[in-house]
Amino acid sequence: MTLDALLIEPFEKFAFLRRALVACVALAVGGAPLGFFMNQRRMALVSDAMSHAIFPGVAIAFLISGLGVWSLTIGGLTAGTLIALFSVFLSRYTQIKEDAVFTLLFLLSLTSGIVLLSLKGSNIDLMHMLFGDILAIDRDGLIFIAGVTLVTLITLSFIYRGLVLDCFDPDFLRASRRGKMTRQIFFVLFVVNLVAAFQALGTLMALGLMLLPAIASGFWTRRVNTAIPLSIGIAIVSSYAGLLISYYTNTPSGPVVVLFCALICLSSVLFGRCGSFVAGLRKPS
Amino acid sequence: MTEPLLTLRNLSVHYGNRHALQNVSGTFHKGSLTAVAGPNGSGKSTLLKVIAGVIRPDSGLIEFHQGIDGTMAYLPQIAHMQRDFPISVEEVVITGFYPERGEWNAIGRSHYDLARKALQDVGLSGYADRQVSDLSGGEFQRTLFARVIVQNAPIILLDEPFTAVDAETTARLIRLLLKWHEEGRTVICVLHDLLLIQKYFPESMVLQGKCLGSGHTHKLFEQKLLSFDLDMAELYPPDEPATHNHTHAHSHDA
Repeated sequence: MTLDALLIEPFEKFAFLRRALVACVALAVGGAPLGFFMNQRRMALVSDAMSHAIFPGVAIAFLISGLGVWSLTIGGLTAGTLIALFSVFLSRYTQIKEDAVFTLLFLLSLTSGIVLLSLKGSNIDLMHMLFGDILAIDRDGLIFIAGVTLVTLITLSFIYRGLVLDCFDPDFLRASRRGKMTRQIFFVLFVVNLVAAFQALGTLMALGLMLLPAIASGFWTRRVNTAIPLSIGIAIVSSYAGLLISYYTNTPSGPVVVLFCALICLSSVLFGRCGSFVAGLRKPS
Repeated sequence: MTEPLLTLRNLSVHYGNRHALQNVSGTFHKGSLTAVAGPNGSGKSTLLKVIAGVIRPDSGLIEFHQGIDGTMAYLPQIAHMQRDFPISVEEVVITGFYPERGEWNAIGRSHYDLARKALQDVGLSGYADRQVSDLSGGEFQRTLFARVIVQNAPIILLDEPFTAVDAETTARLIRLLLKWHEEGRTVICVLHDLLLIQKYFPESMVLQGKCLGSGHTHKLFEQKLLSFDLDMAELYPPDEPATHNHTHAHSHDA
Protein backbone atom coordinates (compact mmCIF):
# COMPACT_ATOMS: atom_id res chain seq x y z
CA MET A 1 0.00 0.00 0.00
CA THR A 2 1.40 3.42 -0.96
CA LEU A 3 1.66 6.30 1.52
CA ASP A 4 -0.98 8.21 -0.48
CA ALA A 5 -3.39 5.34 -0.25
CA LEU A 6 -2.68 4.95 3.45
CA LEU A 7 -3.17 8.62 4.32
CA ILE A 8 -5.74 9.83 1.78
CA GLU A 9 -7.79 6.90 0.57
CA PRO A 10 -10.07 6.49 3.60
CA PHE A 11 -11.20 10.10 3.19
CA GLU A 12 -11.70 9.66 -0.56
CA LYS A 13 -13.71 6.54 0.01
CA PHE A 14 -16.05 7.54 2.83
CA ALA A 15 -18.11 10.72 2.95
CA PHE A 16 -18.72 10.35 6.69
CA LEU A 17 -14.95 10.49 7.29
CA ARG A 18 -14.66 13.61 5.14
CA ARG A 19 -17.52 15.25 7.02
CA ALA A 20 -15.89 14.31 10.33
CA LEU A 21 -12.59 15.81 9.20
CA VAL A 22 -14.22 19.04 8.03
CA ALA A 23 -16.13 19.26 11.33
CA CYS A 24 -12.96 18.73 13.35
CA VAL A 25 -10.98 21.27 11.32
CA ALA A 26 -13.77 23.83 11.76
CA LEU A 27 -13.90 23.15 15.50
CA ALA A 28 -10.12 23.50 15.67
CA VAL A 29 -10.02 26.80 13.81
CA GLY A 30 -12.74 28.38 15.94
CA GLY A 31 -12.19 26.66 19.27
CA ALA A 32 -8.41 26.57 19.70
CA PRO A 33 -8.02 30.39 19.87
CA LEU A 34 -10.72 30.49 22.54
CA GLY A 35 -8.96 27.67 24.39
CA PHE A 36 -5.77 29.72 24.28
CA PHE A 37 -7.41 32.66 26.04
CA MET A 38 -9.19 30.41 28.56
CA ASN A 39 -5.86 28.78 29.39
CA GLN A 40 -4.14 32.15 29.72
CA ARG A 41 -6.85 33.28 32.12
CA ARG A 42 -6.12 30.17 34.20
CA MET A 43 -9.66 29.04 33.53
CA ALA A 44 -9.00 25.47 32.39
CA LEU A 45 -11.02 24.15 35.33
CA VAL A 46 -13.80 26.64 34.64
CA SER A 47 -13.81 25.53 30.99
CA ASP A 48 -14.25 21.95 32.12
CA ALA A 49 -17.13 22.90 34.38
CA MET A 50 -18.72 24.95 31.58
CA SER A 51 -18.46 22.08 29.11
CA HIS A 52 -20.60 20.05 31.48
CA ALA A 53 -22.82 22.98 32.41
CA ILE A 54 -24.45 22.89 28.99
CA PHE A 55 -25.49 19.26 29.47
CA PRO A 56 -28.75 19.70 31.46
CA GLY A 57 -29.95 22.32 28.96
CA VAL A 58 -29.17 20.06 26.05
CA ALA A 59 -30.94 17.18 27.79
CA ILE A 60 -34.09 19.28 28.34
CA ALA A 61 -33.99 20.43 24.71
CA PHE A 62 -33.67 16.79 23.64
CA LEU A 63 -36.68 15.81 25.79
CA ILE A 64 -38.73 18.56 24.20
CA SER A 65 -37.73 18.36 20.56
CA GLY A 66 -35.25 15.56 19.93
CA LEU A 67 -31.83 15.94 18.35
CA GLY A 68 -32.42 19.19 16.42
CA VAL A 69 -29.29 21.32 16.11
CA TRP A 70 -30.94 24.62 16.99
CA SER A 71 -32.96 23.39 19.98
CA LEU A 72 -29.85 21.71 21.43
CA THR A 73 -27.93 24.96 20.90
CA ILE A 74 -30.54 27.12 22.63
CA GLY A 75 -30.78 24.60 25.49
CA GLY A 76 -27.00 24.48 25.88
CA LEU A 77 -26.59 28.25 25.77
CA THR A 78 -29.35 28.80 28.32
CA ALA A 79 -27.98 26.20 30.74
CA GLY A 80 -24.38 27.42 30.29
CA THR A 81 -25.39 31.01 31.02
CA LEU A 82 -27.54 30.09 34.05
CA ILE A 83 -24.85 27.89 35.56
CA ALA A 84 -22.21 30.60 35.00
CA LEU A 85 -24.43 33.18 36.74
CA PHE A 86 -25.10 30.70 39.54
CA SER A 87 -21.35 30.17 40.03
CA VAL A 88 -20.87 33.95 40.30
CA PHE A 89 -23.69 34.08 42.88
CA LEU A 90 -22.17 31.26 44.97
CA SER A 91 -18.68 32.79 44.87
CA ARG A 92 -19.91 36.24 45.80
CA TYR A 93 -22.45 35.46 48.50
CA THR A 94 -21.03 32.36 50.17
CA GLN A 95 -17.61 31.37 51.44
CA ILE A 96 -17.25 28.37 49.13
CA LYS A 97 -13.83 28.18 47.48
CA GLU A 98 -13.66 28.79 43.75
CA ASP A 99 -12.44 25.33 42.74
CA ALA A 100 -15.11 23.78 44.98
CA VAL A 101 -17.80 25.82 43.14
CA PHE A 102 -16.74 24.32 39.86
CA THR A 103 -16.51 20.79 41.22
CA LEU A 104 -20.02 21.16 42.62
CA LEU A 105 -21.46 22.61 39.42
CA PHE A 106 -19.61 20.12 37.22
CA LEU A 107 -21.11 17.14 39.08
CA LEU A 108 -24.51 18.81 39.46
CA SER A 109 -24.71 19.48 35.71
CA LEU A 110 -23.45 16.08 34.61
CA THR A 111 -25.69 14.05 36.91
CA SER A 112 -28.80 16.16 36.37
CA GLY A 113 -28.26 15.88 32.62
CA ILE A 114 -28.01 12.09 32.85
CA VAL A 115 -31.12 11.84 35.05
CA LEU A 116 -33.11 14.15 32.76
CA LEU A 117 -32.06 12.17 29.71
CA SER A 118 -32.99 8.87 31.32
CA LEU A 119 -36.59 10.10 31.62
CA LYS A 120 -37.08 9.64 27.89
CA GLY A 121 -33.93 8.74 26.05
CA SER A 122 -32.31 5.37 25.55
CA ASN A 123 -28.80 4.33 26.49
CA ILE A 124 -27.76 5.12 22.91
CA ASP A 125 -28.99 8.70 23.32
CA LEU A 126 -27.07 8.95 26.58
CA MET A 127 -23.87 7.68 24.94
CA HIS A 128 -24.41 10.10 22.07
CA MET A 129 -24.73 13.02 24.49
CA LEU A 130 -21.75 11.98 26.61
CA PHE A 131 -19.31 11.02 23.88
CA GLY A 132 -20.81 12.50 20.71
CA ASP A 133 -20.60 10.74 17.38
CA ILE A 134 -18.31 12.53 15.05
CA LEU A 135 -18.88 10.07 12.23
CA ALA A 136 -22.61 10.74 12.35
CA ILE A 137 -22.31 14.50 11.72
CA ASP A 138 -24.88 15.31 9.04
CA ARG A 139 -25.13 18.24 6.65
CA ASP A 140 -27.07 20.40 9.14
CA GLY A 141 -24.58 19.67 11.89
CA LEU A 142 -21.70 20.53 9.59
CA ILE A 143 -23.29 23.81 8.51
CA PHE A 144 -23.90 24.70 12.16
CA ILE A 145 -20.30 23.98 13.16
CA ALA A 146 -18.89 25.85 10.16
CA GLY A 147 -21.24 28.78 10.91
CA VAL A 148 -20.09 28.90 14.53
CA THR A 149 -16.46 28.93 13.37
CA LEU A 150 -17.10 31.74 10.91
CA VAL A 151 -18.91 33.85 13.53
CA THR A 152 -16.15 33.10 16.04
CA LEU A 153 -13.36 34.24 13.73
CA ILE A 154 -15.19 37.39 12.67
CA THR A 155 -16.05 38.26 16.29
CA LEU A 156 -12.51 37.54 17.47
CA SER A 157 -11.17 39.96 14.88
CA PHE A 158 -13.39 42.65 16.44
CA ILE A 159 -12.34 41.99 20.05
CA TYR A 160 -8.82 40.61 19.69
CA ARG A 161 -6.82 43.54 21.08
CA GLY A 162 -9.23 43.94 23.98
CA LEU A 163 -9.08 40.23 24.68
CA VAL A 164 -5.28 40.28 24.91
CA LEU A 165 -5.50 43.24 27.29
CA ASP A 166 -8.25 41.61 29.32
CA CYS A 167 -5.94 38.66 29.94
CA PHE A 168 -2.73 40.60 30.51
CA ASP A 169 -3.91 43.80 32.17
CA PRO A 170 -7.68 43.94 32.77
CA ASP A 171 -7.57 47.21 34.75
CA PHE A 172 -5.88 48.97 31.84
CA LEU A 173 -8.61 47.70 29.50
CA ARG A 174 -11.31 49.10 31.78
CA ALA A 175 -9.48 52.39 32.15
CA SER A 176 -9.30 52.67 28.34
CA ARG A 177 -13.10 52.99 28.28
CA ARG A 178 -13.13 50.64 25.32
CA GLY A 179 -13.94 46.96 24.95
CA LYS A 180 -16.52 47.06 27.74
CA MET A 181 -18.29 43.94 26.49
CA THR A 182 -15.13 42.02 25.58
CA ARG A 183 -15.38 39.51 28.42
CA GLN A 184 -19.09 38.88 27.93
CA ILE A 185 -18.72 38.44 24.16
CA PHE A 186 -15.83 36.05 24.73
CA PHE A 187 -17.92 34.03 27.18
CA VAL A 188 -20.83 33.74 24.72
CA LEU A 189 -18.40 32.66 21.97
CA PHE A 190 -16.93 30.07 24.27
CA VAL A 191 -20.31 28.56 25.17
CA VAL A 192 -21.46 28.56 21.53
CA ASN A 193 -18.26 26.74 20.54
CA LEU A 194 -18.79 24.26 23.35
CA VAL A 195 -22.27 23.54 22.00
CA ALA A 196 -20.81 23.09 18.50
CA ALA A 197 -18.08 20.78 19.81
CA PHE A 198 -20.69 18.95 21.84
CA GLN A 199 -22.43 17.83 18.61
CA ALA A 200 -19.24 16.09 17.53
CA LEU A 201 -17.45 15.06 20.70
CA GLY A 202 -20.14 14.91 23.38
CA THR A 203 -20.19 16.66 26.71
CA LEU A 204 -17.24 14.72 28.12
CA MET A 205 -14.81 15.58 25.33
CA ALA A 206 -16.13 18.84 23.90
CA LEU A 207 -13.17 20.70 25.36
CA GLY A 208 -10.64 18.32 23.80
CA LEU A 209 -9.90 20.28 20.62
CA MET A 210 -10.23 23.64 22.34
CA LEU A 211 -8.09 23.44 25.45
CA LEU A 212 -5.52 20.67 24.94
CA PRO A 213 -3.89 22.26 21.85
CA ALA A 214 -3.77 25.60 23.67
CA ILE A 215 -2.03 24.04 26.65
CA ALA A 216 0.41 22.22 24.33
CA SER A 217 1.30 25.33 22.31
CA GLY A 218 2.35 27.17 25.47
CA PHE A 219 5.25 24.74 25.82
CA TRP A 220 6.60 25.52 22.33
CA THR A 221 6.21 29.26 21.92
CA ARG A 222 5.89 32.27 24.16
CA ARG A 223 4.41 34.64 21.61
CA VAL A 224 0.69 35.14 21.47
CA ASN A 225 0.86 35.64 17.70
CA THR A 226 2.42 32.23 17.15
CA ALA A 227 0.77 30.34 20.02
CA ILE A 228 -2.73 30.71 18.54
CA PRO A 229 -1.88 29.42 15.02
CA LEU A 230 0.15 26.63 16.62
CA SER A 231 -2.85 25.65 18.78
CA ILE A 232 -5.00 25.49 15.65
CA GLY A 233 -2.33 23.42 13.87
CA ILE A 234 -2.07 20.94 16.73
CA ALA A 235 -5.87 20.56 16.80
CA ILE A 236 -5.99 19.95 13.03
CA VAL A 237 -3.15 17.42 13.07
CA SER A 238 -4.79 15.61 15.99
CA SER A 239 -8.10 15.50 14.13
CA TYR A 240 -6.58 14.10 10.95
CA ALA A 241 -4.33 11.58 12.73
CA GLY A 242 -7.04 10.58 15.18
CA LEU A 243 -9.60 9.92 12.45
CA LEU A 244 -7.08 7.91 10.43
CA ILE A 245 -5.97 5.83 13.41
CA SER A 246 -9.55 5.16 14.47
CA TYR A 247 -10.33 4.06 10.90
CA TYR A 248 -7.48 1.55 10.74
CA THR A 249 -7.83 0.29 14.31
CA ASN A 250 -11.62 0.22 14.28
CA THR A 251 -11.81 2.30 17.45
CA PRO A 252 -14.27 5.13 18.28
CA SER A 253 -13.22 8.26 16.35
CA GLY A 254 -14.01 11.07 18.80
CA PRO A 255 -12.07 9.57 21.71
CA VAL A 256 -9.11 8.70 19.45
CA VAL A 257 -8.95 12.28 18.13
CA VAL A 258 -8.97 13.67 21.68
CA LEU A 259 -6.55 10.97 22.86
CA PHE A 260 -4.10 11.90 20.11
CA CYS A 261 -4.44 15.54 21.07
CA ALA A 262 -3.88 14.68 24.75
CA LEU A 263 -0.72 12.75 23.83
CA ILE A 264 0.63 15.74 21.89
CA CYS A 265 -0.18 17.88 24.92
CA LEU A 266 1.58 15.48 27.29
CA SER A 267 4.62 15.27 24.99
CA SER A 268 4.75 19.06 24.88
CA VAL A 269 4.62 19.30 28.67
CA LEU A 270 7.51 16.83 28.89
CA PHE A 271 9.63 17.74 25.87
CA GLY A 272 8.54 21.23 24.74
CA ARG A 273 10.90 24.16 24.22
CA CYS A 274 9.64 26.40 27.05
CA GLY A 275 8.81 25.39 30.58
CA SER A 276 8.73 21.63 29.94
CA PHE A 277 10.41 18.95 32.02
CA VAL A 278 13.29 18.65 29.52
CA ALA A 279 13.64 22.44 29.21
CA GLY A 280 13.95 22.52 32.99
CA LEU A 281 16.81 20.00 32.86
CA ARG A 282 18.66 22.14 30.32
CA LYS A 283 18.54 25.27 32.49
CA PRO A 284 21.80 26.10 34.22
CA SER A 285 21.41 25.58 37.96
CA MET B 1 -2.67 78.02 42.30
CA THR B 2 -3.39 76.83 38.75
CA GLU B 3 -6.90 76.09 37.51
CA PRO B 4 -8.77 73.06 38.90
CA LEU B 5 -8.66 70.00 36.65
CA LEU B 6 -10.93 67.53 38.33
CA THR B 7 -13.01 67.59 41.46
CA LEU B 8 -14.10 64.60 43.50
CA ARG B 9 -17.45 65.02 45.22
CA ASN B 10 -18.39 62.67 48.05
CA LEU B 11 -17.05 59.52 46.41
CA SER B 12 -17.99 56.31 48.21
CA VAL B 13 -17.08 52.76 47.24
CA HIS B 14 -17.98 49.54 49.06
CA TYR B 15 -16.51 46.06 48.64
CA GLY B 16 -19.24 43.86 50.13
CA ASN B 17 -19.73 45.15 53.66
CA ARG B 18 -16.47 47.07 53.74
CA HIS B 19 -16.25 50.78 53.03
CA ALA B 20 -13.22 51.28 50.80
CA LEU B 21 -13.94 54.99 50.32
CA GLN B 22 -16.35 57.11 52.32
CA ASN B 23 -17.44 60.51 51.06
CA VAL B 24 -14.05 61.42 49.67
CA SER B 25 -13.92 64.92 48.21
CA GLY B 26 -11.03 66.90 46.86
CA THR B 27 -9.64 68.82 43.91
CA PHE B 28 -6.67 68.10 41.67
CA HIS B 29 -5.22 71.09 39.85
CA LYS B 30 -3.92 71.21 36.32
CA GLY B 31 -0.22 70.43 36.20
CA SER B 32 -0.07 69.28 39.83
CA LEU B 33 2.06 66.42 41.09
CA THR B 34 0.13 64.74 43.87
CA ALA B 35 0.91 61.76 46.08
CA VAL B 36 -1.99 59.74 47.44
CA ALA B 37 -0.83 58.31 50.75
CA GLY B 38 -2.24 56.23 53.58
CA PRO B 39 -1.89 52.82 55.18
CA ASN B 40 -2.75 49.55 53.45
CA GLY B 41 -6.46 49.24 52.82
CA SER B 42 -7.02 52.97 53.10
CA GLY B 43 -8.59 53.18 49.65
CA LYS B 44 -5.69 54.70 47.72
CA SER B 45 -5.80 52.26 44.82
CA THR B 46 -9.59 52.32 44.87
CA LEU B 47 -9.55 56.10 44.51
CA LEU B 48 -7.18 55.87 41.56
CA LYS B 49 -9.34 53.19 39.96
CA VAL B 50 -12.42 55.36 40.34
CA ILE B 51 -10.65 58.33 38.73
CA ALA B 52 -9.34 56.05 35.94
CA GLY B 53 -12.82 54.66 35.33
CA VAL B 54 -11.87 51.09 36.26
CA ILE B 55 -14.59 50.93 38.92
CA ARG B 56 -17.71 52.99 39.39
CA PRO B 57 -18.31 54.72 42.70
CA ASP B 58 -21.41 53.64 44.63
CA SER B 59 -22.17 57.30 45.13
CA GLY B 60 -20.60 60.66 44.42
CA LEU B 61 -19.13 61.96 41.21
CA ILE B 62 -16.02 63.17 39.44
CA GLU B 63 -16.23 66.51 37.67
CA PHE B 64 -13.85 67.49 34.91
CA HIS B 65 -13.64 71.22 34.56
CA GLN B 66 -14.59 72.84 31.28
CA GLY B 67 -12.08 72.96 28.49
CA ILE B 68 -9.93 70.27 30.09
CA ASP B 69 -8.65 67.37 28.03
CA GLY B 70 -9.54 64.49 30.35
CA THR B 71 -7.50 61.84 28.54
CA MET B 72 -5.70 59.71 31.12
CA ALA B 73 -2.82 57.31 31.15
CA TYR B 74 -3.20 54.71 33.87
CA LEU B 75 -0.48 52.50 35.29
CA PRO B 76 -2.13 49.76 37.39
CA GLN B 77 -0.46 47.83 40.18
CA ILE B 78 1.86 45.12 38.87
CA ALA B 79 0.16 42.63 41.17
CA HIS B 80 -3.04 42.95 39.12
CA MET B 81 -1.34 41.95 35.87
CA GLN B 82 -0.63 38.54 34.48
CA ARG B 83 3.11 38.67 34.03
CA ASP B 84 3.46 35.24 32.46
CA PHE B 85 1.22 36.17 29.53
CA PRO B 86 3.14 35.44 26.31
CA ILE B 87 3.70 39.00 25.20
CA SER B 88 6.86 40.92 24.35
CA VAL B 89 8.06 44.19 25.87
CA GLU B 90 7.35 46.07 22.65
CA GLU B 91 3.84 44.61 22.41
CA VAL B 92 3.10 45.78 25.96
CA VAL B 93 4.16 49.31 25.06
CA ILE B 94 2.03 49.11 21.90
CA THR B 95 -1.04 48.32 24.04
CA GLY B 96 -0.71 51.94 25.16
CA PHE B 97 -2.23 52.92 21.81
CA TYR B 98 -5.37 50.84 22.44
CA PRO B 99 -7.37 53.65 24.12
CA GLU B 100 -6.75 55.83 21.05
CA ARG B 101 -6.72 53.26 18.22
CA GLY B 102 -9.22 50.70 19.53
CA GLU B 103 -9.72 47.40 17.75
CA TRP B 104 -9.63 48.38 14.12
CA ASN B 105 -7.50 51.46 13.55
CA ALA B 106 -4.11 50.50 12.23
CA ILE B 107 -1.06 50.55 14.44
CA GLY B 108 1.72 51.26 11.98
CA ARG B 109 5.39 52.00 11.69
CA SER B 110 5.09 55.42 13.36
CA HIS B 111 3.54 53.79 16.45
CA TYR B 112 6.30 51.19 16.62
CA ASP B 113 8.87 53.97 16.30
CA LEU B 114 7.26 55.80 19.21
CA ALA B 115 7.28 52.60 21.24
CA ARG B 116 11.00 52.05 20.57
CA LYS B 117 11.72 55.67 21.48
CA ALA B 118 9.76 55.28 24.74
CA LEU B 119 11.72 52.12 25.57
CA GLN B 120 14.90 54.08 24.94
CA ASP B 121 13.67 56.81 27.32
CA VAL B 122 13.22 54.29 30.13
CA GLY B 123 16.57 52.63 29.45
CA LEU B 124 15.21 49.49 27.82
CA SER B 125 16.74 49.80 24.34
CA GLY B 126 17.32 46.31 23.05
CA TYR B 127 14.55 44.84 25.21
CA ALA B 128 11.78 45.17 22.60
CA ASP B 129 11.61 41.48 21.71
CA ARG B 130 12.06 40.12 25.23
CA GLN B 131 9.16 38.38 26.90
CA VAL B 132 7.73 40.26 29.88
CA SER B 133 7.92 37.06 31.93
CA ASP B 134 11.73 37.27 31.64
CA LEU B 135 11.93 40.78 33.07
CA SER B 136 12.86 41.74 36.61
CA GLY B 137 10.37 43.78 38.66
CA GLY B 138 12.21 47.00 37.82
CA GLU B 139 12.41 46.24 34.10
CA PHE B 140 8.72 45.40 34.01
CA GLN B 141 7.86 48.65 35.77
CA ARG B 142 10.01 50.57 33.28
CA THR B 143 8.12 48.84 30.45
CA LEU B 144 4.87 50.11 31.93
CA PHE B 145 6.31 53.62 32.19
CA ALA B 146 7.19 53.36 28.48
CA ARG B 147 3.54 52.56 27.84
CA VAL B 148 2.53 55.66 29.79
CA ILE B 149 4.94 57.71 27.62
CA VAL B 150 3.35 56.59 24.34
CA GLN B 151 -0.10 57.43 25.67
CA ASN B 152 1.02 61.07 25.77
CA ALA B 153 -1.90 61.93 28.10
CA PRO B 154 -2.35 65.19 30.01
CA ILE B 155 -3.40 63.24 33.13
CA ILE B 156 -1.24 60.41 34.45
CA LEU B 157 -2.38 58.02 37.17
CA LEU B 158 0.24 55.75 38.74
CA ASP B 159 -0.61 53.03 41.25
CA GLU B 160 2.37 52.14 43.43
CA PRO B 161 4.89 52.49 40.59
CA PHE B 162 7.94 52.00 42.83
CA THR B 163 6.93 48.69 44.40
CA ALA B 164 9.61 46.00 44.03
CA VAL B 165 11.88 48.46 42.25
CA ASP B 166 15.52 49.05 43.24
CA ALA B 167 16.88 52.48 44.15
CA GLU B 168 18.53 53.10 40.78
CA THR B 169 15.35 52.34 38.84
CA THR B 170 13.29 54.40 41.29
CA ALA B 171 15.59 57.36 40.64
CA ARG B 172 15.24 56.90 36.88
CA LEU B 173 11.43 56.69 37.10
CA ILE B 174 11.25 59.69 39.45
CA ARG B 175 13.17 61.71 36.84
CA LEU B 176 10.53 60.77 34.26
CA LEU B 177 7.78 61.72 36.64
CA LEU B 178 9.37 65.12 37.27
CA LYS B 179 9.74 65.60 33.51
CA TRP B 180 6.00 64.99 33.07
CA HIS B 181 5.35 67.51 35.83
CA GLU B 182 7.58 70.07 34.09
CA GLU B 183 5.68 69.46 30.84
CA GLY B 184 2.51 70.55 32.64
CA ARG B 185 0.90 67.13 32.90
CA THR B 186 -1.15 66.33 35.96
CA VAL B 187 0.30 63.38 37.85
CA ILE B 188 -1.52 61.52 40.62
CA CYS B 189 0.56 58.79 42.21
CA VAL B 190 -0.32 56.26 44.91
CA LEU B 191 2.72 55.45 47.03
CA HIS B 192 3.84 54.48 50.52
CA ASP B 193 7.32 55.91 50.66
CA LEU B 194 7.14 59.05 52.83
CA LEU B 195 10.70 60.03 51.89
CA LEU B 196 9.76 60.16 48.22
CA ILE B 197 6.54 61.99 49.01
CA GLN B 198 8.33 64.60 51.09
CA LYS B 199 11.07 65.13 48.55
CA TYR B 200 9.30 65.05 45.19
CA PHE B 201 5.57 65.57 45.60
CA PRO B 202 4.44 69.15 46.21
CA GLU B 203 0.83 68.05 46.83
CA SER B 204 -0.58 65.11 48.79
CA MET B 205 -3.85 63.55 49.74
CA VAL B 206 -4.00 61.36 52.86
CA LEU B 207 -6.62 58.65 52.92
CA GLN B 208 -7.94 56.35 55.59
CA GLY B 209 -11.19 55.31 53.97
CA LYS B 210 -12.10 58.97 54.34
CA CYS B 211 -9.94 61.83 53.15
CA LEU B 212 -7.99 62.90 56.22
CA GLY B 213 -6.44 65.86 54.47
CA SER B 214 -5.12 67.19 51.19
CA GLY B 215 -3.01 70.08 50.00
CA HIS B 216 0.63 71.07 50.24
CA THR B 217 2.73 68.13 51.33
CA HIS B 218 4.80 70.17 53.80
CA LYS B 219 1.61 71.35 55.52
CA LEU B 220 0.36 67.80 55.85
CA PHE B 221 3.70 66.93 57.47
CA GLU B 222 3.28 69.92 59.81
CA GLN B 223 -0.20 68.72 60.70
CA LYS B 224 1.26 65.26 61.40
CA LEU B 225 -1.13 63.74 58.84
CA LEU B 226 2.06 62.60 57.15
CA SER B 227 4.80 61.77 59.61
CA PHE B 228 7.85 59.59 59.92
CA ASP B 229 7.16 59.29 63.66
CA LEU B 230 3.51 58.55 63.39
CA ASP B 231 2.43 55.03 64.11
CA MET B 232 -0.09 54.51 61.35
CA ALA B 233 -2.19 52.49 63.81
CA GLU B 234 -3.05 55.82 65.43
CA LEU B 235 -5.08 56.61 62.37
CA TYR B 236 -7.48 53.78 63.07
CA PRO B 237 -10.61 54.78 64.92
CA PRO B 238 -10.78 53.28 68.45
CA ASP B 239 -13.79 51.08 67.68
CA GLU B 240 -11.99 49.35 64.83
CA PRO B 241 -9.00 47.32 65.98
CA ALA B 242 -5.98 47.67 63.68
CA THR B 243 -5.66 43.93 63.15
CA HIS B 244 -9.21 43.78 61.84
CA ASN B 245 -8.58 46.48 59.28
CA HIS B 246 -5.31 44.93 58.31
CA THR B 247 -6.96 41.66 57.37
CA HIS B 248 -9.19 43.45 54.90
CA ALA B 249 -6.37 45.56 53.61
CA HIS B 250 -4.63 42.66 51.92
CA SER B 251 -7.51 41.72 49.71
CA HIS B 252 -7.79 45.08 48.00
CA ASP B 253 -4.62 47.00 48.36
CA ALA B 254 -1.90 44.41 48.35
